[in-house]
Amino acid sequence: MFRFWQRRRIPLAWLLLTRQPLRLLVAIAGISFAGILMFMQLGFRDGLFDASVTVHRLFDADLVLMSPRSMSSISMSGFPRRRLVQSMAHKDVEGITPVNWNFLLWRNPETLITRSILTLGFEPADSLFLDPELSVKSKALNIRGRVLFDKRSRSEFGPVEEWYTNGKIVETELAGKRVRVAGLVSLGPSFGADGNLITSRETFLELLPSTPPGSIEIGLVRINKNSNPESVARSLNQNLPQDVKVFTKNEFIEFEKNYWRSSTSIGFIFSLGAAMGFIVGCVIVYQILYSDVSDHLPEYATLMAMGYRIDNLLGVVAREGIFLAILGYIPAYISGQILYALVRNSTRLPVAMDTQRASLVFILILLMCMASASLAMRRLIDADPAEIF
Amino acid sequence: MKILEISKSEYSHQQKLPSVRIDGLSHCFGKGSMRRKVLQSISMKIDPGEVVLLTGPSGCGKTTLLTLIGALRKVQEGNLFVLGSQLRNSSRKVRQQLRCQIGMIFQGHNLLRCLTAEQNVQMGADLLPGISYRVRRDQAREWLRRVGLEDHLNKLPHDLSGGQKQRVAIARALAAHPRLLLADEPTAALDSSTGREVVDLLKSLAQDQACSVLMVTHDPRILHVADRLVQMEDGRLSTSFG
Repeated sequence: MFRFWQRRRIPLAWLLLTRQPLRLLVAIAGISFAGILMFMQLGFRDGLFDASVTVHRLFDADLVLMSPRSMSSISMSGFPRRRLVQSMAHKDVEGITPVNWNFLLWRNPETLITRSILTLGFEPADSLFLDPELSVKSKALNIRGRVLFDKRSRSEFGPVEEWYTNGKIVETELAGKRVRVAGLVSLGPSFGADGNLITSRETFLELLPSTPPGSIEIGLVRINKNSNPESVARSLNQNLPQDVKVFTKNEFIEFEKNYWRSSTSIGFIFSLGAAMGFIVGCVIVYQILYSDVSDHLPEYATLMAMGYRIDNLLGVVAREGIFLAILGYIPAYISGQILYALVRNSTRLPVAMDTQRASLVFILILLMCMASASLAMRRLIDADPAEIF
Repeated sequence: MKILEISKSEYSHQQKLPSVRIDGLSHCFGKGSMRRKVLQSISMKIDPGEVVLLTGPSGCGKTTLLTLIGALRKVQEGNLFVLGSQLRNSSRKVRQQLRCQIGMIFQGHNLLRCLTAEQNVQMGADLLPGISYRVRRDQAREWLRRVGLEDHLNKLPHDLSGGQKQRVAIARALAAHPRLLLADEPTAALDSSTGREVVDLLKSLAQDQACSVLMVTHDPRILHVADRLVQMEDGRLSTSFG
């Protein structure tokens, strides 16, 4: 404690910044701007990856069977349903649900414009989602030509929710055939799918007669609570033929995210956007600190003449950088929260602030300020105490 | 002020050694055909507690000599001992440490614009090792009281008059307990009566601390404070009065 009081000095860095409020304000605005840019770009990127698996997360499954030719949710290939039935032979497997998965054209009942919608077909008696509400609603699917509509689908699909809750019968055309909405579910759109429909396999095969009846796109497997999903997946992969691949639910989610991350340019574009923010911030902080050091050069030289070491003075510039980082981060964080809420409301994408991103952006801002400060420090070398007499 | 007493007693120990001893010091600026000699084998001595005034026409090398003694420039030729340290071929570290023991007062006061009078003086006191923040702050206030600025502690240099700024600069230089004070035309920006006051103050405070003073000046009104007057012309010391 006593050492602290001995080491305590006049907070020169803080005073240099705060005694020039206008310049400080410009600096904070610049850093915040860079921070907001990074928050938005990284938020969109992560939101996209999360949004690509909104439906994936909901499945009531420990393991998922997929065709090895399926690349992502927007390009699913079929595999023989027999394989899913075969997996029942494993002692730990307790239940299965075959699911058909495809994009069909939905006609907006109001404007009559068609738009592609993700349609899932399953046996109404089976368990599809973790949410038990669905099993009640799925009884309605036992009648042919009935579908459950995702009320969180984008508004381009028409005022289905409004019409349905007002007691109006909502009938429209799906893949050229008449269907009736028999209920509403809440799933959420993803980047791949703007909206979702759930129907029975029977209706699904009727809508898409080209699908071989023995072929499904994904197979959900539920296993014994006490067994380890990884080891069951491994043994199923070994025992089933090569025309099917077994994923754990987490692997299934990661597989989809990885498609968007690596096989599309989206991840790169957003990361590049964040990098742009970083560079813009560097330039702003460098400009501010460089002109600050230049303006105070005679004063720095005076301090050197008084006997301050050059590293004392470099420390002042470094501390200015740290203060700027902290002061710039706070408004960036608050604006980030507000903008995320705006994005959530207007696009219904799951964009939210998480600790990982919040700390990543802080570290980037700190790095930005320190890099700029160390460049600005080179100006200090020009401070020649012999010149001030 | 306990600290002051310690430095005084320490000082009396080294009473016999001169504060500054210069022996055949020469200095050149420029390179090749532009090379110009500004100091030509200068020799002089300043004893502890002595107040020496250095005068001469502008451009004769006074300021260069001051920056050499202040350890702000490298010595090119000759011997220069300041407070017992040889400055020829000295390292950066030696010069920095020596500068901590030398107080400097500049023509343009050179206060830090973003600091109050009190904080400016404390920047001087902050160089002293092993003293708590509070004590250093109290010392800064004490010095400002001695230069008659106790009512202006929290004013920025911007709000002080020229004479007040120069007093703050004196307080700052003395707050680091220097054993040698170098001043470069401290009265240049002041009117005659203020200039006189400032110089008298400087002398009395320096003598209280047994601190030697070397002052460069053009101002004939302040010559009375000198124990010794040294005149310089074309890089040579021409006359000196005892």
